[in-house]
Amino acid sequence: MDNIIIAKDLVYHYPQSEDRALSGVSLAIEKGDMVAVLGHNGSGKSTLAKHFNAVLLPEGGVCYVDGINTSDEERLFDIRQRTGMVFQNPDNQIVATIVEEDVAFGLENLGVEPAEIRRRVDDALRAVGMYEYRQHAPHQLSGGQKQRVAIAGIIAMRPQVVILDEPTAMLDPRGRREVMKTVADLNREEGVTVILITHYMDEAAQCRRVVVMDRGKVLLDSTPKGVFSHVGLLKEVGLDVPQATEIVYELKKCGVVLPDDVITEEECAAAISAYLDRHAPGGGRRS
Amino acid sequence: MLKDITIGQYFPGDSPVHRLDPRMKIILTLVFVVIIFVPDNPVGLLVGGLFAAAGYLIARIPIKMVRKSIKPVIPIIVFTGILNMFFVGGDPVFQLWVFKITYEGVMLAVLMTVRIICLIAGTSLLTYTTSPIALTDGIEQLLGPLKRLRLPVHELAMMMTIALRFIPTLIEETDKIMSAQKARGADLESGGLMQRAKALIPILIPLFVSSFRRADELALAMECRCYRGGEGRTRMKQLKYCPRDFAALAIGFACLGLVIGLNLIFPSVY
Repeated sequence: MDNIIIAKDLVYHYPQSEDRALSGVSLAIEKGDMVAVLGHNGSGKSTLAKHFNAVLLPEGGVCYVDGINTSDEERLFDIRQRTGMVFQNPDNQIVATIVEEDVAFGLENLGVEPAEIRRRVDDALRAVGMYEYRQHAPHQLSGGQKQRVAIAGIIAMRPQVVILDEPTAMLDPRGRREVMKTVADLNREEGVTVILITHYMDEAAQCRRVVVMDRGKVLLDSTPKGVFSHVGLLKEVGLDVPQATEIVYELKKCGVVLPDDVITEEECAAAISAYLDRHAPGGGRRS
Repeated sequence: MLKDITIGQYFPGDSPVHRLDPRMKIILTLVFVVIIFVPDNPVGLLVGGLFAAAGYLIARIPIKMVRKSIKPVIPIIVFTGILNMFFVGGDPVFQLWVFKITYEGVMLAVLMTVRIICLIAGTSLLTYTTSPIALTDGIEQLLGPLKRLRLPVHELAMMMTIALRFIPTLIEETDKIMSAQKARGADLESGGLMQRAKALIPILIPLFVSSFRRADELALAMECRCYRGGEGRTRMKQLKYCPRDFAALAIGFACLGLVIGLNLIFPSVY
């Protein structure tokens, strides 16, 4: 498959700090993939994301988005139109006083024709399930709804990649579910490549690929099952694993024989019940 | 408590006045100001008053809103009235020591008072029937020609939009900070003026710090959405004049003409 983003040996350090935020990150993101980037604070995951839409430019190495070098200043807006970015705080990325006006903001900046803007805004609002709220003011919405409006504002620009920088960090559980569902639908139905930066393990478990960052380097890069089977290593770098994985991990330490690749609650329940069926007295009937 | 504050005093509605193009409403408001200041006789002013009253009637804005909009300027109205009453020369109707009230003075005072009331009531109709965002759009478009003089018209409009957008957010945040400081034992309600002003410092400083952080994040988000100023920018909602707008303008100018005509017919009170 085609790679939409290619990063080669990216090196970056912030002017105010001695340490490198990125020290030699190489990564290729496939078109249509859904990738989670995990890492604790200061691991370089947000810094990496900011290289993907040319907010930051690498000090060493190169980064290509859809074949365009991000250091190419002339094509800055081409890059930003291709890779949309959604930030943590929904309040601080909504510009206009009415939902539909905000969704139109990016398109207006690109100089799209008014009729086409109208069409794309309606499409984007329907895609995130906020069409009924198009006339509302942002402060009348919940956190999850605001974040969905922010996502609509990005997808209206028809980007190929959507980067979400901890989009659920400030939301309540319900808002988190709404946003995650929206993101998953986007990826599945519209074929948009999603890069999800998060520190929620269960969100990472919903992606197809998980990249774990630590101290400016890629530590692990595999499927969720592959990554979360390294429970010990993840704990070493200060990360958790999904709760289901944790239970299985602890049970295994006590000598219970269970599979390695449990990441969802359903899998966990199935694995434990299968184990009980095998080992419980009385033919494995559970009451 | 702070959430009750409404900004812009906009009354949503679907009357012909609400549907007028915001640009035309701004122009009409300017015409109205002229209509109110041109007449030098009561009859002419009456026309201006009727013009405003008709606006209120068509827009279905309750008349008690007029009272509400005039309330804050009552001291100014009273002051103007008194000044006019006492300091205009002419036939004295009443004299006490150095104070002298003249017939002309009374006439002028009444005229001036009515004029200011009409002015405030009429111009308030603009903000009552136009949403802040439409108003901003209208101002941006009307000032458009000034771009050639290198006036940052788009930037000003953008700033107004963002300010309007963040007022509710900041009010909410102020509320939160106040609660947080109260929970830490801050006393905001008692003490003299100085003490209360001092008590506001622990609220204002966090508010400012967070506002700057917000500004920073918003700027980044705007950049990521390809914002690069007003150049080459299109708008989703195009403002378009309809026949209705020109009809309203025609009525406005007709009133102006009428007032000027009445000035010639009736004697001036000055």
